[in-house]
Amino acid sequence: MKRIFTVFALLTGILLSYALYEALIVAPTEKTMGDVQRIFYYHVPSAWTAFLLFTTNFVASVVYLIRRSAAADALAVVSAEVGVVFCTVVLVTGPLWARPVWGIWWTWDVRLTSTLVLWLIYVSYLMLRRFSTSGETPVLAAALAIFGALDVPLVYFSIWIFRTQHPQPVIGGGGSIDPRMLHVLLINWAAFLGFALLICWSRYRLEVLKREVEEMQALTALLQPRSSR
Amino acid sequence: MNFLYAAYAATWIIHICYLVILLVGYRRVRKQIEELRRGQ
Repeated sequence: MKRIFTVFALLTGILLSYALYEALIVAPTEKTMGDVQRIFYYHVPSAWTAFLLFTTNFVASVVYLIRRSAAADALAVVSAEVGVVFCTVVLVTGPLWARPVWGIWWTWDVRLTSTLVLWLIYVSYLMLRRFSTSGETPVLAAALAIFGALDVPLVYFSIWIFRTQHPQPVIGGGGSIDPRMLHVLLINWAAFLGFALLICWSRYRLEVLKREVEEMQALTALLQPRSSR
Repeated sequence: MNFLYAAYAATWIIHICYLVILLVGYRRVRKQIEELRRGQ
């Protein structure tokens, strides 16, 4: 398993480097925005990856509520945490693109606001998991995750439903894209998906180890003779 | 160009920070495992 992980990490590293080269050198320069449009090759794949991870969190939470599976619960924590990391990238790279293009860092537009709300929901999910000491924490967190996931389609479809300043979607929406740009975008998405999978893999292993240690510590405390406590 | 480089740098800074958090987590768990082994 360790060997597969190393090979996969190496391949992802190569793909990420190639994707960066494609984004900075190969992709054509956009006529109106210029080079700043290249932020799109990091911003959009990060957003898609975050949506995918939050959807995984939703599915894992539903499975946990139905089957009370510890593996599903661990997957829910992992996907939410890595999803928050990718959503943070979206919230940071978005304003860095907006400043030179719109002339402002931020506007309380539906797409932007719902993305911020999505980030806040999953940060509160992680805080609940981290600080709650109740035995029912996984159940409460799973319920919160299900409600939180309702914001994912709202973020995605907000630009179709509401009038917004955010550009139209390039796939399946009103926006259009040069095929060479689409090619670079998809390469970057594949690279970030691989990277997300790698992080989730490591984080899942860590979560399992943490739980085993906690169980062992509880068991050791129970087996300790009273005099030594 | 500055905004472009800032965005790319910010992306990797965020990811690297998270990887460091993961590494710290692994180190802490390993330490706890060793303590448990010593206690047995």
